[in-house]
Amino acid sequence: MMEDASASAVAQLDDVGVRYGTQWALRDVTVAFPRGAVGLLGPNGAGKSTLIKALLGLISPDRGRMRVFGYDVAEKAIEIRTRIGYMPEIDAYIPGTNAVTFVAYCAQLCGLPQTEAMQRAHEVLHYTGLGEARYRNVETYSTGMKQRIKLAQALVHDPELLFLDEPTNGMDPKGRDEMLDLIRDLAHSRGLSLILSSHLLPDVEYACDHVVVIDRGKIATEGSIGELKGPGGRVYELRVKGQEGAFVTALREMGMECHDADDDVMRVFVPDALSCRDLFAIAVHQGVQVRHLRPSVPTLEDVFARAIGVENRETSRD
Amino acid sequence: MPIHSDGYRPYLGRRHTHERAWLVITAAGVRAVFLNRRLLGLLLVAWVPFVVRAVQIYAATNFPQAPFLQISPNMFHDFLRQQDLFVFFITVWVGSGLIANDLRSNALQVYFSKPVTRAAYVGGKLGILACFLLLVTWLPAMLLLVVQAALAGDLRFLAANTFVIPAITIASLVPVLMSSLTILALSSFSKSARFVAITYAGLVFFSEAVFNVVRATTRRTTMSWLSPSATMNQIGDAVFRVRPSFETPIAVSLAAMAVLIAVSLLVLAKRVRAVEVVA
Repeated sequence: MMEDASASAVAQLDDVGVRYGTQWALRDVTVAFPRGAVGLLGPNGAGKSTLIKALLGLISPDRGRMRVFGYDVAEKAIEIRTRIGYMPEIDAYIPGTNAVTFVAYCAQLCGLPQTEAMQRAHEVLHYTGLGEARYRNVETYSTGMKQRIKLAQALVHDPELLFLDEPTNGMDPKGRDEMLDLIRDLAHSRGLSLILSSHLLPDVEYACDHVVVIDRGKIATEGSIGELKGPGGRVYELRVKGQEGAFVTALREMGMECHDADDDVMRVFVPDALSCRDLFAIAVHQGVQVRHLRPSVPTLEDVFARAIGVENRETSRD
Repeated sequence: MPIHSDGYRPYLGRRHTHERAWLVITAAGVRAVFLNRRLLGLLLVAWVPFVVRAVQIYAATNFPQAPFLQISPNMFHDFLRQQDLFVFFITVWVGSGLIANDLRSNALQVYFSKPVTRAAYVGGKLGILACFLLLVTWLPAMLLLVVQAALAGDLRFLAANTFVIPAITIASLVPVLMSSLTILALSSFSKSARFVAITYAGLVFFSEAVFNVVRATTRRTTMSWLSPSATMNQIGDAVFRVRPSFETPIAVSLAAMAVLIAVSLLVLAKRVRAVEVVA
């Protein structure tokens, strides 16, 4: 199965480590990104951007090997870059240009002739929703418009694989929905593979089919979202009154994972081997009152919380 | 039924190889700089010496009995020396922001996510500045040769002074390479074009001042290698086969030029990267 995964993988990392001074940003990372829409999830500082930049060849790893489209990143970076598009997290543009000029210039840098580059720039700017504003200087754009231009310059040369680093950063709700619709359309209707790096779980859940969770430079878990959300067990929303810290510790010792949701509501994952009766038994034993209990639908947030653990937050509840 | 979809379409057209990336960068940069009217004004003023020299050639051709008007290889050498001032101003104006502005707007991440090597990026930026510098040095000097031949109606001057063509080329390329690479290296250190311009000007004037102090103190000119401007002039004197301005051996001047170019290239190799890593 591992060999099948590698064969169909669009990008692969083998025991990759990246260090900034004495700090390891990525450590022992071995993962294969399959074709299609893959979410790269992790909290801020987990190593998502570092992983993407390493795959792009912008950062050299201190150890390990990486392959994109079967090419070794260390040896064939230029060949890889003709087939990929990158939407950076930070604002990045050529100063003194308007959107059309900028995107056409990016197309030319990828080898498109001048006339085709200009034609293609107009097409992708129309697709990403930039109308007449495309003739204004990029430096005057709002955050949402800059995000659209960044996507346009990543798409203009028709790449096979897109790297999207926090694509909905700073966008208003309507703009965010439009951006996610575009990403979903690219992956599911246009056949592009993409790796969407985000700390926003709803974005990844909406646009992607497969997820890789990274935490503190290591892969915490990976798999299809459907499989990860539906392991044997159920999820409950729970609110208690009493010594919550000890109660949560006892739940964990029984094999039930829990994490905070809203305010004082917890989400508890109860494996198949247990039931909510066991949950009540623990509450009685710990002397807490169960004020609210309701079955819930597993979400990506549960997957994420199980993968990275919530010890730090539970410690703070004590 | 729509004729074509408004959505995203695959691109099925031609693609050039990535070796042309530097040319794309140069062409786009030259087009952008030409939009600046003040710079166009400076370029026009830089061609005034050409007009003056063309008139001198006309006068020399039509009044051969006036020996002080006669054309010699030295005229081309003097012409290129006169253009040094315009070389300085164009280097500062065009060159200071070439990399600094890209650093300020994080454009390097865009460049290096495309099939663009660091060498192509630096080569492209160098090409932008070289275009404008050669426009006020090599091109007018070569055109003066053409004017001379056209007005004289023969190629006797050129046949008698064949070294003038390579001399003009070398004497133009030396300041282009030295000035361009130096300011590109400085530009890679800062996000402010203004700061780069001031630093470059400061370096040029400071080195010249140091050389002049040493010259006044020792009453000798063997240390002209301290000043890039003096080094360029010394090399120009050598290629035009005129008496050198300074006592510095030509090998020392060439070595000084090589060291400056090498240091600039090393700085660019270190500083020009997509991601700035702070350890």
